[in-house]
Amino acid sequence: MSPTAKKRLYAVLKNGGLAIYSVFALFPLLWMVILTFKSDAEMLTTTFVFTPTLDNYKQVLFYTDYFRYIKDSVIVAGGAVLVSVLAGVPAAYAFARYEFKNKEKIAFQILSFKFAPEILVVLPLYMIYQKLGLYDSYLGLIWVYQLISMPLIIWVVRGYFEDISVEIEHAAQVDGYNWYQVFLKFLLPLIKPGLVSSALLCFIFAWNSFTFPLLLAGIKIEPITVAATKYLAQSTVHYGQMAVAATISALPSIIFAICIQKHLVRGLSFGAVKG
Amino acid sequence: MGLNKNKATNKEGGAALATDLNVVPLKNRIRPYLIVAPALLITIGILIPFGMAIYYSLTTYTFRRPIADFVWFRNWIRMFQAKDFWNAVWVTVRYAFWATLVEMLLGLGIAMLLGNTNNRFSRILRVALIFPLMVAPVIGTIIWQLMLSHGVGIIDKFLNLLGIYGMQWGASKKTAMLTVVMIDVWVNCPFVIILILAGIQSLPKSPFESAKIDGGSGWFNFMNLTLPMLKPSILIALLFRLMAALQEFGIIFSLTKGGPGDTLMSLSVTAYTTGYMYQKFSNALPYILVLWYIVNKCASFIVEKWRISQYQAAGKDVEVEKKQRFWHKFIKSKDAGSAAKGA
Repeated sequence: MSPTAKKRLYAVLKNGGLAIYSVFALFPLLWMVILTFKSDAEMLTTTFVFTPTLDNYKQVLFYTDYFRYIKDSVIVAGGAVLVSVLAGVPAAYAFARYEFKNKEKIAFQILSFKFAPEILVVLPLYMIYQKLGLYDSYLGLIWVYQLISMPLIIWVVRGYFEDISVEIEHAAQVDGYNWYQVFLKFLLPLIKPGLVSSALLCFIFAWNSFTFPLLLAGIKIEPITVAATKYLAQSTVHYGQMAVAATISALPSIIFAICIQKHLVRGLSFGAVKG
Repeated sequence: MGLNKNKATNKEGGAALATDLNVVPLKNRIRPYLIVAPALLITIGILIPFGMAIYYSLTTYTFRRPIADFVWFRNWIRMFQAKDFWNAVWVTVRYAFWATLVEMLLGLGIAMLLGNTNNRFSRILRVALIFPLMVAPVIGTIIWQLMLSHGVGIIDKFLNLLGIYGMQWGASKKTAMLTVVMIDVWVNCPFVIILILAGIQSLPKSPFESAKIDGGSGWFNFMNLTLPMLKPSILIALLFRLMAALQEFGIIFSLTKGGPGDTLMSLSVTAYTTGYMYQKFSNALPYILVLWYIVNKCASFIVEKWRISQYQAAGKDVEVEKKQRFWHKFIKSKDAGSAAKGA
């Protein structure tokens, strides 16, 4: 085989491999969206050619509690991110800049929460929550979501603080700015991309969380993931509505993910791999 | 001005500060602790449940009968004698093994392809491939349900064309494991891809140029150059994936609730069923503590390997040593010095 033919064959194989994988990765999402426009009547008889309808959306959005589920998810995930940012960013700063006793120990302690099996945490927490009256409450879920979001915020933002030269702070202080002004005017703008992306990633994780809300809530408060599984159990007939439920709950995560894709690697690996 | 200067020196960090600890006013010395305190207090709530989990695994506590007797290791002995425990361990290990293996191999392959291609197709893919990762695993399960189910599912229709009828997927003992592993791969393979891809993009160019001049085959270069240099990224991806796969609950639970029969009763699902459905709280805890132990052991093993590979790949580097400190302490492993000296 001549070198050019070999090269061409290689290129075909390469793109072919990528194409096969992308069908595997993306077609299920496409299929889900297609089903949302299919009426129940056409569900079994047609594949790709059918008359699109918005009935499924109407049904799910107006005749079920879906807006309530979305609201619950937004409050819980948003609240969790807010608490993590307010408490976590100063902590990240301290871990990056100060040298103090047991610093690394404390930092690892916080990180190790990320790796504790969720069920292990949840079983005793269920008991504590019922005693404290936190079971099935916004506050309770926001608190337990800290296990997902706090380590991520602290570890990722710490990396971004460490990337900033201390000189900048010194220069600002020589110019007469106090600590808070330095933090707000100089440091915050510099870490903003990292902070925003890790906050959004936290939001996605909290939004996607299933085990915590399943076991620690579910009666008054029902985040979207828990609510969506109900469609799995009962509506074997209403596939279209099932697809709508899945589509709506997947949408925010995907949109946010596109926004932060440049910083995704650092976020996902807690700063261990700098992309 | 004087005060500002004082603060400025505080932020030097590192050695200077450590030696001058006596000179620094108390207010400044406790400041870092005060800053960290809120974050720590919020997360520390979790240590309490963990301590409680160990204690309650030694009692007869149930939700219905809150006044418990202390029975020492009765729950543990019962668990080790029970058949469902060994089944659960076996299911957990198999699930984690297959899901992680397929994700790592496929992820590495796709990342290599993406790293070597630079056309519009691959640039779009780099963004689009993260979509499945961002969908909640539970929602992913629903999506696959829509693909696999009879009548509606596209895969079912496709298989009918090939003359294969009545695949049961999650509902059959033979294919249940395959189905959940497939969903797990669909959701999590992108994670491996983007981590390894980031590793590929940060590789130095010069070794590859000299290899080109030396005229080594593609496969030879991959095995002897690319793979060793990518090892740190690969091990990090492996660490995160293996730990998550060992604990996986959402996908299995939402697809089959552990069934059919006990085919997919992993440790997480068994603990959930025992603790919640059968309300035998104290019986469920040993299962999950065993899981925690397994996860921890696997993690510290991989972290050890990662530290060494990181060291070999990068040589003596402040960044690396800092990270080594971090991972070393993260899961208490042996002394940090030995690996550094060894390498």
